[in-house]
Amino acid sequence: MGLLAFAKELKTNKYIYLMIAPVLLYYAIFHYGPMYGAIIAFKDFTPAVGIWGSPWSGFGHFTDFFNGIYFWRILKNTILISVYELVFGFPAPILLALLLNELRSAVFKRTVQTITYMPHFISLVVICGILKDFTSSGGIITLMYEWISGRNLGESLLLQPEMFRTIFVSSGIYQQIGWGTIIYLAALTGIDMEQYEAARMDGANRFRQMIHITLPGILPTVVIMLILNLGQMLSVGFEKIILLYSPITYETADVISSYVYRIGLQDFNYSLSAAVGLFNSVINFILVILANAISRKLNDTSLW
Amino acid sequence: MEKRTFSGTLFDSINYLVLAGLMLLTIYPILYVFLASVSEPSEILSHSGLLWKPLGFTLLAYQKVFENPMILTGYINTITYVVVGLGINLLLTSLGAYGLSRRQLKYRKQITLFIIFTMFFSGGLIPFYLVVKGIGLNNTLWALVLPAAVSTFNLMIMRTSFEAIPASLEESARIDGANDVVILFRIILPLSLPVIAVMTLYYGVSHWNSWFNAMIFLADRSQYPLQLILREILIQNDTSAMTAGLDVGQTNIVGETIKYATIMVATVPILLVYPFLQKYFVKGALVGAVKG
Repeated sequence: MGLLAFAKELKTNKYIYLMIAPVLLYYAIFHYGPMYGAIIAFKDFTPAVGIWGSPWSGFGHFTDFFNGIYFWRILKNTILISVYELVFGFPAPILLALLLNELRSAVFKRTVQTITYMPHFISLVVICGILKDFTSSGGIITLMYEWISGRNLGESLLLQPEMFRTIFVSSGIYQQIGWGTIIYLAALTGIDMEQYEAARMDGANRFRQMIHITLPGILPTVVIMLILNLGQMLSVGFEKIILLYSPITYETADVISSYVYRIGLQDFNYSLSAAVGLFNSVINFILVILANAISRKLNDTSLW
Repeated sequence: MEKRTFSGTLFDSINYLVLAGLMLLTIYPILYVFLASVSEPSEILSHSGLLWKPLGFTLLAYQKVFENPMILTGYINTITYVVVGLGINLLLTSLGAYGLSRRQLKYRKQITLFIIFTMFFSGGLIPFYLVVKGIGLNNTLWALVLPAAVSTFNLMIMRTSFEAIPASLEESARIDGANDVVILFRIILPLSLPVIAVMTLYYGVSHWNSWFNAMIFLADRSQYPLQLILREILIQNDTSAMTAGLDVGQTNIVGETIKYATIMVATVPILLVYPFLQKYFVKGALVGAVKG
């Protein structure tokens, strides 16, 4: 298509292009700008001389990272937290949606929904603040842990490296279990009521109806959500991690993104941090593409 | 109607019990924080275990929280960031969603791809930080609102919602000579109040709760939003600003209930709002879930 056609299109829809221009500018600056800036991963960047003034370093920062002592630790922690979230966090809202679906009282159902949505709206800082208080020495979670395990901790539960992932993942379930049901509840409304009628005629009890009708009915949604989650395997966010971890728990708590934050914005090792971040972005991108391709094959549904 | 069987009744009973337990578990942390916040500080300090009623009653902690100038400025700053941020969010998201929903736009596909791609690939934290600093936004309100001006997820929700509005509604306006700006503001937006409510809630909550960008871009404490002040009090355990004027013994004791009161003060506004918007945001979450 020629330049002329391009100019003609701009002219025909000039208002629309003018309206969308600030949005495109936003994406260019705050999303594509950093993608361009990621070049510093291949340079020895110093802010004083800028991106182009800084000398090239090739893949030096990447090899430093892969050979560094923290590579396996943060990779392992990231994958483990993702796996725990997948195993425990992923099924939780599905189970809750199934239970909600069985309720006969609409008022009770609405009440459960409203209440379980609540933690989604509480800020991360407050959630972590409450967690810190409850897991402190003498806090109610610590007391419960001591009662169950028979140990006398005498210090915060959050300072026990072996407990960090459990605390992290279970508080995540607390915050998102209710919110996560929304999409499954919507899928449930699409199930044909006549199927239940027929099953009842055949003498299927409520539990069997759940297993044989309800669950298959939401399966496509479950599969899509599962694939989306698989695509996120290496993108555990840093905000909650850095609110909860401490040098004592780095061995189990430090993930790729929190490491990127620490070496970049606390140690000011910009280029190394950018290299680790870029590595993470590329892997995440590949995972999403793969997940989407699998979804298209299996399910005939894809994200794009 | 299904006839009541023994197994059905048992199933229902267990289900109600499980869900009631879940509700209690969800509410209890907030209930505990509330009860502790109005209790006598000395009794809270010596108490261990669950709370079911306040131990004594005092509003001293709340008094200290409201007397703390940082909480007040934090509140004012947060409200400023939410209002300015929301204004920009709603304007840009509507403009973008309008453009992306216009079928006559020849480059619609390319523009959509340009935007969606950023959901799956990012330049990373440090390059982002350098961009914001590089254009001189640090230490200003703009460092908090501009990088968050559009959420791609929300943009897609709004686009889907605009696409559902019948084209016939705008045709007569177009014949009368209305341009796209008029069509968006006079026809599309007035028909989109539910989705605007959802956007307001989503964007509003995310501005209210955000703290990280403020932490890395703001140096001056007088600009800190509430969440950053909360972080100092709750995560870094610093209640010194509020216990000034109390003697040392009291300081430690009141410090504990001050934390609880701070949580309540920071959380209650949002908890009062969201239940009323429930039917809207559930719908919004669903539109967003449908593939774009």
